[in-house]
Amino acid sequence: MSMTERARRKAEKLDRLGELAAARDDERGVSLWQEAFRRLRRNPAAIVGAVILGIFLVVAVLGPFFVPYGPTDTIGIREGLVKSGQGIIPGPSADHWLGFDHQGRDEFSRLVVGARQTLLVGVVSTLIGLAVGAVIGGVAGAAAGLGGRWGRWVDGILMRVIDMMLALPSLLLAVSIAALLGAGLDTVMIAVGLVSVPVFARLLRGSMIAQSSSDYVLAAISLGVRRSKVALSHVLPNSLAPVIVQATLTLATAIIEAAALSFLGLGNPDTAVPEWGVMLADAQPYLGIRPALAIYPAVAIIVTALGFTLLGEAMREALDPKLRK
Amino acid sequence: MFRFIVRRLLQLVPALFGLSVLLFIWLHKLPGGPESAILGERATPEMRAAIRENLGLDEPILVQYGRFMRRLIRLDLGTSISTKREVTTEFLERFPGTVELALTAMLIAVALGIPLGYLAARRRGRFLDHVSVAGSLVGVCVPVFFLAYVLKAIFAEHLHLFPSSGRQDPTINATRVTNFFVLDGLLTREWDAAADALWHLVLPGLALASIPLAVIVRITRASVLEVLGEDYIRTAEAKGLTERVVRNRHVLRNAMLPVSTTIGLLTGGLLSGAVLTETVFAFSGIGAFVADSISHRDYPVLMGFIMIIAVIFVLVNLIVDISYSLIDPRVRVR
Repeated sequence: MSMTERARRKAEKLDRLGELAAARDDERGVSLWQEAFRRLRRNPAAIVGAVILGIFLVVAVLGPFFVPYGPTDTIGIREGLVKSGQGIIPGPSADHWLGFDHQGRDEFSRLVVGARQTLLVGVVSTLIGLAVGAVIGGVAGAAAGLGGRWGRWVDGILMRVIDMMLALPSLLLAVSIAALLGAGLDTVMIAVGLVSVPVFARLLRGSMIAQSSSDYVLAAISLGVRRSKVALSHVLPNSLAPVIVQATLTLATAIIEAAALSFLGLGNPDTAVPEWGVMLADAQPYLGIRPALAIYPAVAIIVTALGFTLLGEAMREALDPKLRK
Repeated sequence: MFRFIVRRLLQLVPALFGLSVLLFIWLHKLPGGPESAILGERATPEMRAAIRENLGLDEPILVQYGRFMRRLIRLDLGTSISTKREVTTEFLERFPGTVELALTAMLIAVALGIPLGYLAARRRGRFLDHVSVAGSLVGVCVPVFFLAYVLKAIFAEHLHLFPSSGRQDPTINATRVTNFFVLDGLLTREWDAAADALWHLVLPGLALASIPLAVIVRITRASVLEVLGEDYIRTAEAKGLTERVVRNRHVLRNAMLPVSTTIGLLTGGLLSGAVLTETVFAFSGIGAFVADSISHRDYPVLMGFIMIIAVIFVLVNLIVDISYSLIDPRVRVR
């Protein structure tokens, strides 16, 4: 072996060492969330979903301040342009971008203002489901994962209740609740929210049980940390990822279910407040005259739901340890 | 196998008991109490008092619950407020229509969904995969009743390919045997009646199938992908089994477990969807009837619907569990 060869080898070795050192410097413990976010940014579906939701949020929050007409202003009838009885509902024009609805109100303004209502229904009902489901699932998960024999007992009872809720189709639950409370926006939100309770509960429970057998839980317990503290500040935060993903997906179904309830006449009876589901339901008698009145809110619902679904699915993929390289 | 079924049936008892308690509470919490469930909202105070006496609403709650249970077991659900007929009779008449519709939808969803999901998984990352994934994402985002209207507008009212409403052309004077119109036509050999009834099922069936189809495609795809990565598939391929044998006996059989669970869970949604599609297509099943009852506040009908759906859901899941043990013998042991 010549001198030059030996020198070259030594240089290579040093380079390797340098690389390794640099690599160690790089890996300052990338957290689960950071890595998930990094993968999310590379997923085109996630970006499309995020863009859709971004636009939706801006419209829902700021839109109502900039609409050209009041959402309840029956300007078309006042100006004699709209005669629903005779089947005259003018379509898009320069002044009224999407034309009028059957009561002579500016369709574009209603659609924009409706975004806020739709967002409200979606978010509130998802939060109801999340809150109730997380409490039930959290208690069951902590009891099953960390508790002893009576813990499994508590878990068993809670899960039977959840199974029974799962057995009830969403619409049915909504109808029963509407029978008790009467039709209205709060009925829709409670009904749609309660439907998602079993899903959240089961997810959080499963995730917490899985976490409970981790080494860090064992370590915390052997250090003498109280079990309630282990459950709340160790297991729970590490179990939330699938629940957050599910919340994103539930927002999509909540919007669609709310629309179905409006269609069945269980929605907000106050038609002055525009909401996409109600608008879609209200358009049914005029399908023959102006189908666009149904198509606008329907497309709005579909696109928004799609945005939530895309982002939710991408998040699920990004957080799935099976897909991580 | 027999013991497995018996055990599963016994497990249903507490679930149904819990449900009956919930129904009882629901009935008592209705605005105006259970008497309004019988009289409707426009009852005079005298009528209410009479009914309260008659129902024994002033007796202890447990006695009332016992009476309620006895009625439920005898399938006595009371009288519909709007049609003034026995709720049980009304349901029995309309039930076959909904079953026909739900079966059609499930058949469409399974017959298209499983092959599509399988092919998507096999051709992962290629065109067909992207199309079916995108399609299933959009599919769950379209409100069922809107899809129903679109299908009706295009294929019934515009192209006149399919009928726009009803279960059968009333001019066909079909003989009724079971009230399953397609089956009736086959039994009485009135082929035109059977074909016409089938023809009426296509559009509502398609609308109702949209969400189950989307879900089945996705679950099948994910499940097949997982199975394809298993060692035993590589072994099967390596030992020279034909593609057909590998697909049917190794991939699909193992991938079907989560799919069959999902199909069971989808039935509940199918019945909710039936309420919407039947309304759009004026299809006389229990769905359209219930939609009417919602607007009429017809509580006895709603209560009956809740009960029937819960029982169906529980039974379907029992069937799913049994099919589980048929697909995978390992399940039976537990």
